[in-house]
Amino acid sequence: MIQIQIQKSLLMAEGKLNLDVDFRLEMGSFCTLYGKSGAGKTTILKILAGLVQPDAGFIQVNDQVWLDTAKNINLAPQKRNIGFVFQDYALFPNMTVRENLVYAAQSKEDLSAIDDLLQRASLLSLADRKPLTLSGGQQQRVALVRALVRKPPILLLDEPLSALDLEMRQLLQDQIYQLHKSFGTTTLLVSHQLSEIYRLSDQIISLDKGKVIAQGPPAEIFGKERLSSKIQLVGEVLAIKKSDVIYILDVLIGNNIIKTVATEDEVTNLQPGDTVTVFTKAFNPIIKKR
Amino acid sequence: MALDWQPIWLTLQLATVTTALLLIIGIPVALWLANATSRFKPVVEAIISLPLVLPPSVLGFYLLLAFSPSRALGKFLSENFDLQLVFSFAGLVVGSIIYSLPFMVQPVQAGLEAIPSSLKEASYTLGKSKLETLLKVILPNIKPSLLTGMVLSFAHTIGEFGLVLMIGGNIPDQTRVVSIAIYHEVETLDYASAHIYSFILLILAFSILLSVYLLNKRLVKAF
Repeated sequence: MIQIQIQKSLLMAEGKLNLDVDFRLEMGSFCTLYGKSGAGKTTILKILAGLVQPDAGFIQVNDQVWLDTAKNINLAPQKRNIGFVFQDYALFPNMTVRENLVYAAQSKEDLSAIDDLLQRASLLSLADRKPLTLSGGQQQRVALVRALVRKPPILLLDEPLSALDLEMRQLLQDQIYQLHKSFGTTTLLVSHQLSEIYRLSDQIISLDKGKVIAQGPPAEIFGKERLSSKIQLVGEVLAIKKSDVIYILDVLIGNNIIKTVATEDEVTNLQPGDTVTVFTKAFNPIIKKR
Repeated sequence: MALDWQPIWLTLQLATVTTALLLIIGIPVALWLANATSRFKPVVEAIISLPLVLPPSVLGFYLLLAFSPSRALGKFLSENFDLQLVFSFAGLVVGSIIYSLPFMVQPVQAGLEAIPSSLKEASYTLGKSKLETLLKVILPNIKPSLLTGMVLSFAHTIGEFGLVLMIGGNIPDQTRVVSIAIYHEVETLDYASAHIYSFILLILAFSILLSVYLLNKRLVKAF
């Protein structure tokens, strides 16, 4: 069981933010911190890793107290034994892929497991390359396996897939999940991509303006509004064209442009660039695998 | 005419010792400055940068007073460590370190500030101490800055004149570096020797700077 309780006032791009959270995580679970940017997600990970100091707080992992500001206990990041995957990957440019992993190793067993890790992440053929010569997806995989070399019980992922394209993202989601399962880590992921969260996590902590607004399994958190027999899509208006008495709207939803019909009432106050919700009721969608 | 090579060896010796010591002193100072949030940081930065704008003779004059055996610091050093800093090689080294400090600290500080803090944080989360992180992650990734700092300090020490003249004087084999030797030869109207010394310094300075630009280009490419 991981118990986290922290308070910190932060200076964000949008102004001052009072981070005040209190939650528990089961060991071995895959939990996602979900929320808009500026909600304090990354800061929570960094506080858990010991890289940022909260104004007040208490962190306990199993029976070990990592942080207790009331008792002046504060374990250094080096002693917390966590794996951290940074948003910019933070690979050491002066070392090859293999050297990055060797640097992370702490024992002989860690060293002998490196080939296996490289193999699992299909990085063996790239082991002697410098990180900056690799693609984003490859760098991400190096960062992930480097964080796992010491077999940490806790793995923290700070938006690890945000810089990658859709296809690569899906591939890596599978890889992250498999590694999470086979290493039995407690994984805490920061993300704001719904598909990622839905596929991977068994717990979601939804944050808004530094506060936890909901915690639970994905279906429970998103079930209330996002999953229903209604289909509801959010998109960006690209063009509005008048055709006789009606209007044709081009709306960009995901990577698709959808043409839809609108009345004059609906298009008043609308202009290209606006974000709109497109929804339809009582429909029976046909689903086909591509 | 036989040229006295001693000033040249003395100059290279002084520049090498100064650069080596500056590397040891400059890295911790640059580290502190790159990470400091203290309100005294601008004061420290201003003091370190003083030699950039101050005439070397001003610095030399104050050091001459400070090192003088009749004053507190000079007396203390000479009584407790048998160290004579006025008109001696040791004094030149101390003076040169102060004089060239900004040339080491500024490039290294800029290099340290440009390196993403996530590299340091990643190393900490992998269980590595601050020292190991510094030696294996931070310093290898600011090689171009370290090289620039070393070369500029070396070249700047070779080029100093006013400070050496003030605290070192013109003692053969002790404090007569090339720049002083040139002044001395001109005073004694030995223009031929002055020519040779000057030409050697010119070539030396040019080749040092050329090699740093060539090397930096290669180092930047390597990353």
